[in-house]
Amino acid sequence: MKERTATIASRVGLHARPAAIFVEAAAELPVDVTISMQGEPAEDAMDASSILSLMGLGAAQGDVVVLRAEGDGADDALETLVRILETDHDA
Amino acid sequence: MKTFNGVGVTPGRVIGPVRLMPPAVPAPAAGERLDPGTTADAAAAALRTAAKTVQAELKHRAESANTDAKAVLEATALMAADPMLLKAAVKLINGGTSAERAIWDAAEAVATMLLNLGGYMAERSHDVFDVRSRIVAALRGVPAPGIPDAPEPFILLAEDLAPADTATLDPANVLALVTAGGGPQSHTAIIARALGLPAVVAAAGVTELTDGTMLYVDGAAGTVTSDPDAALMDKAALWASDTTGPDEFDGCGRLADGSAVPLLANVGGTKDAVAAAAAGAEGVGLLRTEFCFLGRDAEPSQTEQAAEYRGVFEAFAGKKVVIRTLDAGADKPLPFLTDSTEPNPALGVRGYRTDLTSPGVLERQLQAIAAAANGSSAEVQVMAPMISTAAEAMEFAALCRANGLNTPGVMVEVPAAALTAALLLAHVDFASIGTNDLTQYTMAADRQLGPLAALNDPWQPAVLILVKATVDGGAGKPVGVCGEAAADPALAVVLVGLGVSSLSMTARALPAVSAVLHSVTRERARTLAALALAAPSATQARSMVREQLPLLDQLGL
Repeated sequence: MKERTATIASRVGLHARPAAIFVEAAAELPVDVTISMQGEPAEDAMDASSILSLMGLGAAQGDVVVLRAEGDGADDALETLVRILETDHDA
Repeated sequence: MKTFNGVGVTPGRVIGPVRLMPPAVPAPAAGERLDPGTTADAAAAALRTAAKTVQAELKHRAESANTDAKAVLEATALMAADPMLLKAAVKLINGGTSAERAIWDAAEAVATMLLNLGGYMAERSHDVFDVRSRIVAALRGVPAPGIPDAPEPFILLAEDLAPADTATLDPANVLALVTAGGGPQSHTAIIARALGLPAVVAAAGVTELTDGTMLYVDGAAGTVTSDPDAALMDKAALWASDTTGPDEFDGCGRLADGSAVPLLANVGGTKDAVAAAAAGAEGVGLLRTEFCFLGRDAEPSQTEQAAEYRGVFEAFAGKKVVIRTLDAGADKPLPFLTDSTEPNPALGVRGYRTDLTSPGVLERQLQAIAAAANGSSAEVQVMAPMISTAAEAMEFAALCRANGLNTPGVMVEVPAAALTAALLLAHVDFASIGTNDLTQYTMAADRQLGPLAALNDPWQPAVLILVKATVDGGAGKPVGVCGEAAADPALAVVLVGLGVSSLSMTARALPAVSAVLHSVTRERARTLAALALAAPSATQARSMVREQLPLLDQLGL
């Protein structure tokens, strides 16, 4: 299991347009990725390709989230998603 | 040929194919089970296919939408095939629930979760409900709800329209609006006037028409005719080619004798204000300030508010701008001000009354208005909605003056205010009659209800009597009208005859109203007002006055 943390950069937090960009990218990856707020148990992590789960997560600008993935290509997948989260898409 | 009679709300004679707005998707029965002949796997596969179809359709619509709508549609498209949503639904299907009911319940759970988060997320719950209806429609093989997407311009036929439908209504592709329900002051009517589309509401029986039927709509007469004959086609062609009708307003409202009747615009923000100024409006008679507040879960800062108001003042530099303070409640709920669980919101804590339950918001708004007015050349006046007593008028006027706003006024929407206008106007400098609410409250008839359309008519004798009572009570202080009634050219003549000093309307109505006012003297307007006041019913008042104004028919109004 690979794990990366990311700090939400978008001013509106992880919903609306930033969430849509993130979810579309997650859905295209070869591996399943989960997302959770930092400090929350891994078994409560949610499917990163679900926009409704992301909205329920309620991550605001500056919040730290944990991304997890397994298998071939996990490192690259996590790197791609971390980069999206750490970009301010409203700028 | 078959003719249906309704109530005309915006003039115009057009012919086109009809497209029916599909009815709302009814909920699948609670606990609906899988058909005995369908396996859970087959139902889950059908659900996935339906979800993908809806997603593709929303993505397609996102491509042609403008920036704001695009982002919303893109996010909604992602919701349609959301893995979490589908997983929850498939789990229910595996337990024996039908695909329709499974997606219904799964979406309900997600929407409830979003509603509990409040604010922006709570609003997104509507998108989840929209997606759910679309998926169920796809599973059933019926048209998706919402305004139909057609390649050529059409006449939109619906039971009634909701404010949310305007967002997806493309005026370039819709020729006219016809509804079986709604009244002359319903949302459909307001949408039609704002977009300048010919419209007939409360036309009972029209929903029997089928998609593609050719329809003739006469928005002045309030009639709708299917499969029109050559004579009606000529009428529509004449309307389309007629360039003699009023299509411009010269910016100076006056009667035939030269006496002035300022014609102002109702606006809901800077964009509206710029358009209204270009249309020649002599000022703003009603600036709705809700636009600053709607869609928010907290009160906007004074700086933000002032910036919004300043935009409107700039569009009307040197002219009069009447601002209505926040009118939340009833059909305009605001999470931080109004209680959505009131059993009777039209009679609840709304308008000025929210100052009782949430003191401070009004005063901060007045300070923001004063800040914006400071340094602007616009002649800024402020009025409060839903004032019922002289004490309220006095308190409001004191609050305005304490914050540097020296021309306070009140709206007259409650019959009590009209009847005691003399007492109210002793404290304020002007009154503005909101005929939509005044009619609804006088007739005790919800303005959104189709079956009550005849009651909800500003030509009702009781409403005209209250308009006169307000003007008389004002004893010379200006009394304007800023409801939909001011946009009806025949009624505008009557209102002026009753002594109303200015009329404020949607900018689209300015050319027609000014042309008709310009054709009568003040003496003549008084005679017609007396005629209307003496009529025993709204229908008779309207037809008696219209008979005396042959110009209306010539102009197709």
